[in-house]
Amino acid sequence: MELVCPAGSLPALRSAVDAGADTVYTGLKDATNARHFAGLNFTAKSIAQGVEYAHSRGRRVLMAINTYPQPKGWTQWTAAVDHAAALGVDGVILADSGVLGYAADRHPELPRHLSVQASATSGEALAFYRQQFGIRRAVLPRVLSLAQVKALAQDTDIELEVFGFGSLCIMAEGRCLLSSYATGESPNTVGACSPAAHVRWQDLPDGRLETRLNGVLIDRFQAGERAGYPTLCKGRFQVRDHVGHILEEPTSLNTLELLPELLDTGITAIKIEGRQRSPAYVAQVTAIWRAAIDTCLANREAYRARPEWQSTLADLSEGSQTTLGAYHRPWH
Amino acid sequence: MNPTPRLSIGPCQYFWPRDRVEAFYAAVADSPADIVYLGETVCAKRRELRPDDWIALGRELAAAGKQVVLSTLTLIEARSEMGVVRRLCSNGEFLVEANDVAAMQVLHEQRLPFATGPSVNIYNAATLRHYHRLGLRRWVLPVELGRDALQDILDDAALPWVETEVLVHGRLPLAWSARCFTARYHDLPKDQCGLRCLDYPAGITVATREGEEFLTLNGIQTQSGRVCDLVPAWRDLVAAGAEILRFSPLSGGTLEALDALHRAREGDPDAADELGRQPAVSCNGYWFGQPGMTAVAPARTPLERTR
Repeated sequence: MELVCPAGSLPALRSAVDAGADTVYTGLKDATNARHFAGLNFTAKSIAQGVEYAHSRGRRVLMAINTYPQPKGWTQWTAAVDHAAALGVDGVILADSGVLGYAADRHPELPRHLSVQASATSGEALAFYRQQFGIRRAVLPRVLSLAQVKALAQDTDIELEVFGFGSLCIMAEGRCLLSSYATGESPNTVGACSPAAHVRWQDLPDGRLETRLNGVLIDRFQAGERAGYPTLCKGRFQVRDHVGHILEEPTSLNTLELLPELLDTGITAIKIEGRQRSPAYVAQVTAIWRAAIDTCLANREAYRARPEWQSTLADLSEGSQTTLGAYHRPWH
Repeated sequence: MNPTPRLSIGPCQYFWPRDRVEAFYAAVADSPADIVYLGETVCAKRRELRPDDWIALGRELAAAGKQVVLSTLTLIEARSEMGVVRRLCSNGEFLVEANDVAAMQVLHEQRLPFATGPSVNIYNAATLRHYHRLGLRRWVLPVELGRDALQDILDDAALPWVETEVLVHGRLPLAWSARCFTARYHDLPKDQCGLRCLDYPAGITVATREGEEFLTLNGIQTQSGRVCDLVPAWRDLVAAGAEILRFSPLSGGTLEALDALHRAREGDPDAADELGRQPAVSCNGYWFGQPGMTAVAPARTPLERTR
């Protein structure tokens, strides 16, 4: 089972490789990837250095080009694909059918992975992308239960990659417009959910803290309460007389305890979310998942998620809470 | 001179009791709508009407002179749900609107022409051309795209034989989740939701803690809190390439808005005045390149500037 770790910068890439990632995934410093935040991602020079670093240690590098270009940006996306091919990356992670078609035509030898942003949730959808664009692997959305993942694995011979740890998207990825409804910018179009330029943090005189997204009140925190990043789906809103996390609490996905079942299901790769996180975070999470996967592969029957792994991962999570998310039926 | 647009009734997003569905479509049959989309697109558990019921309703509407299209589920999570999609795709009579690539795959395998709904991501001409080769004959512009994107896509694609449809009126479908937010609001597991959506024919309003109506919960779907209203800008939509203007059913007011636009397209000057009176809680920002929740004042629209 392959461990795929996030790298939002060259130091993070080195941390991931050094901590035991089999593969790191990266993106360019522009709207062609779905983690487009200031100070994040790679220039042409740094990505070349990253590829060299990983390859010299026998690890792989993937490049995410997984947003949806509009006509005015089209050549920027195709240039990113050409760039990835020229660099000799080990695969591109794509969502848009136009970009997939371009990559398949121009660079047939470059492995194509279907991004989670394409929201393929059925055997038919996977068959579509394989027949049309020859995808080798698909990253499954974080909306499927473990039983649904197992059923999909039976319905396809495409390699499947699932999210193991990190931020939890509770909406079908690539089809969520909550951020653009408030700001005009979405993961699909600019590669960012709740873009930082639209975020306002305001301390109130009574010690409380408010977060707003383009003026819309997303949450209000008591003095000393840990404040999460103002993604809309994890805000607190009012429905009739009830105020709370109407859509989802600020928690992170953590499937460490499901590892044996994911292994039995034939999942090819576990993906760690977090290109926006620090090199130290990437190193810690990667090291724990490396140890867990190695332990599980050595003796699947004896495998237990160790308490110290879980407590470290909880400390690294949003709101110090983790969840099995959609893998676990009661979450629904 | 641009052609006169056709008017469509999109698939009903809400879960209405069967008698309400039948009453609504009886009124649609008598309305000036040219095209009617039928079917459950949000939640597979909503079975007041089953595929054969929708097909039977389609025959009645076709007899009333409407073009009927069957719409498929948007977020597919189980093999059983694909069974319903396959039943609709092989109906043998009506065009099908695919709301997911899984339905496109089934329709393509059967070599059937198809339409795509707004949740199929077509953001550029390369995608539009590729899907056209597979059988796409009509597409709905993704709701977060606006006038400029539409014009660019159509200019680039140069496919005059693909019909373009734009949502002109109704709540915007913003997101789908495995989680049912209506059940969550009632603190019920999704598997034992008790079909609570039947109690909310207009969805459940989510307000900010400052009282702003921001979102609408509709089962696993999240909609805009505001009603998208591009009716007053209809000429601008047509000028940009929209041949079909879609009204997404609301619990009230949809057929009145459609009727006003119908009279406007027929040249009734009073209808144009009516169209200018936007309700306070509407939005239209996406079309003008603004956040979706924004209400761009008619005076700032390209249509108004040219008057």
